[in-house]
Amino acid sequence: MTAISHAAPQDAALPKVKVDVLPLLLVPLLALLMLPLVGSFPTWVTLTVAGLAMGMMVFMMASGLTLIFGLMDVLNFGHGAFVSVGAFTATLALLPMKSWVEADSVLMNLSVLGLAILLAMLVTGILGWAFERIIIRPVYGLHLKQILITMGGMIVAEQLIHVIWGAEQIPLQLPTTFRGAFIFGDAALEKYRLIAVGVGLTVFVTMFLVLNRTKVGLLIRAGVENGEMVEALGYRIRRLFVGVFMAGSALAGLGGVMWGLYKETLTAAIGGEITVLVFIVIIIGGLGSVGGCFIGAMLVALVANYAGFLAPKVALVSDILLMVMVLLWRPQGLYPVAKR
Amino acid sequence: MSEALLQLADVHTHIAQYHILQGVDLTVPKGGITVLLGRNGAGKTTTLRTIMGLWHASRGSVRFEGGDITHSPTPDIASAGIAYVPESMGIFSDLTVRENLFLAARSVKSADQMDEARLEWIFGFFGALKKFWNQPAGTLSGGQKQMVAIARAIVEPRKLILIDEPTKGLAPAIIQGMIAAFRELKQTETILLVEQNFSFVAALGDSVAVMDGGRIVHSGSMAELAADKDLQHRLLGLSLDTHQ
Ligand SMILES: Nc1ncnc2c1ncn2[C@@H]1O[C@H](COP(=O)(O)OP(=O)(O)O)[C@@H](O)[C@H]1O
Ligand SMILES: [Mg+2]
Repeated sequence: MTAISHAAPQDAALPKVKVDVLPLLLVPLLALLMLPLVGSFPTWVTLTVAGLAMGMMVFMMASGLTLIFGLMDVLNFGHGAFVSVGAFTATLALLPMKSWVEADSVLMNLSVLGLAILLAMLVTGILGWAFERIIIRPVYGLHLKQILITMGGMIVAEQLIHVIWGAEQIPLQLPTTFRGAFIFGDAALEKYRLIAVGVGLTVFVTMFLVLNRTKVGLLIRAGVENGEMVEALGYRIRRLFVGVFMAGSALAGLGGVMWGLYKETLTAAIGGEITVLVFIVIIIGGLGSVGGCFIGAMLVALVANYAGFLAPKVALVSDILLMVMVLLWRPQGLYPVAKR
Repeated sequence: MSEALLQLADVHTHIAQYHILQGVDLTVPKGGITVLLGRNGAGKTTTLRTIMGLWHASRGSVRFEGGDITHSPTPDIASAGIAYVPESMGIFSDLTVRENLFLAARSVKSADQMDEARLEWIFGFFGALKKFWNQPAGTLSGGQKQMVAIARAIVEPRKLILIDEPTKGLAPAIIQGMIAAFRELKQTETILLVEQNFSFVAALGDSVAVMDGGRIVHSGSMAELAADKDLQHRLLGLSLDTHQ
């Protein structure tokens, strides 16, 4: 080496790591903007917490779907089936163990809810495995067929629920501990909403850690960008995909349990009804992006709640409007995922 | 010539209805650099992709260390010891340089377990990687991304490294660095190197094969081709040397 090359700017600035914060700011910005419109601070707090809680539940349902699309370009319009099946499976624990639900004991309440969630996630996870094998695998790479056959799968699942659980809607009772609200001054915060926020954040942080800190997680992110290269490095992308599909289905099942308890009644259509919202969320977020999905879910749910209060007539189309606005700003969604 | 590590015999590859490779016969001996030359569209990339199992041969055979890999799935071919640096580099842009290399290091469970000495050896010729170790690979320059792509292929010992046009689009100064890196690499590795830039490979290559129209039209030693201007002109025409 010559003296000149030593003197060369060896410490030339590192390329800037761009953390794209604008989408992150949207959520607080939206909330703050709505404060004067809503007028009353306590009402605003209640609406905001309700929106965040709903957002968390939608995130649970949507996060798996966005990875399923990102990794294998699979359009699964049957994802809502796992939401319904999850919610109905939970009744297998919640209804027979009614005394645990009604007991005035935190431990019994938590146990029965935990059991219901575990059961729901187990069943939807296994169902996800079968769904991938039987329904998805024959239509890899064929988008139109994917849409048709997964919608078909959704209809079949709904009908099976009717067969097993009957066509009547099932009332669901919240465990005693989670009923009611905490009162802060004039603002009432429903306990269950806070729990939903807690569960949602746990799911998000767990996913974040898995995707950033584990080899499997890194492979999933790498596979979303360039599956062929992941294979060329010696890993089986299909195996990775099956795992993601099962986990995504189980998360949808979890979302279904939480959502069903939130609504306190269950119909087989619960999953189908939320599917449109879930698709709006993953499109807003950027297909394949978990972070984008999280922000998208918060935005969609907050907008739905504020609009429901301020202008109920607009509420029906508010999420579509939100999607249009986001896509005008960023046509690939909030966090576009690099694709080969 | 030493024993054959990789052998393609009468390989035909179709992409959709197109008959791209039309009977490729290619031998890569163990050790050093075998250069695959040929003008744009000759079928060089398709040949590498066929070796890697990203396309499958419709006829003929690909043998690696004597075993038939013609119909093996890509991950198995990689596990058998073939590394691939595609023309597009295939960088994972969201992942850091370190994470890119970690995924390529199949045998370790965590990034901390990567072989330090080997990493230092790589930093020896690709110093930028050390500097940008924890940067997302997508933020690097084209030349640095190429370094990441090659480093992934050598982060653990492999038996054969396929590299597709590593100098494409790179500035001359960076190409000089690449030449130095390849000179070091060929001491220990076996490389099948696709290039259009004859001046880059003339001094590097040990053996050479020239493709045209989906076939190998010449193969022999690089020294022989480098010395024979007539042969170069006949095989490579004007299309190659215009690069530099
Ligand atoms: N995906 C594809 N679909 C159709 N034709 C292709 C595809 N990839 C390559 N080809 C064709 O195959 C021929 C060889 O391409 P390639 O192997 O990329 O050549 P080279 O790498 O030597 O430039 C070209 O004529 C190219 O147009
Ligand atoms: Mg090429």
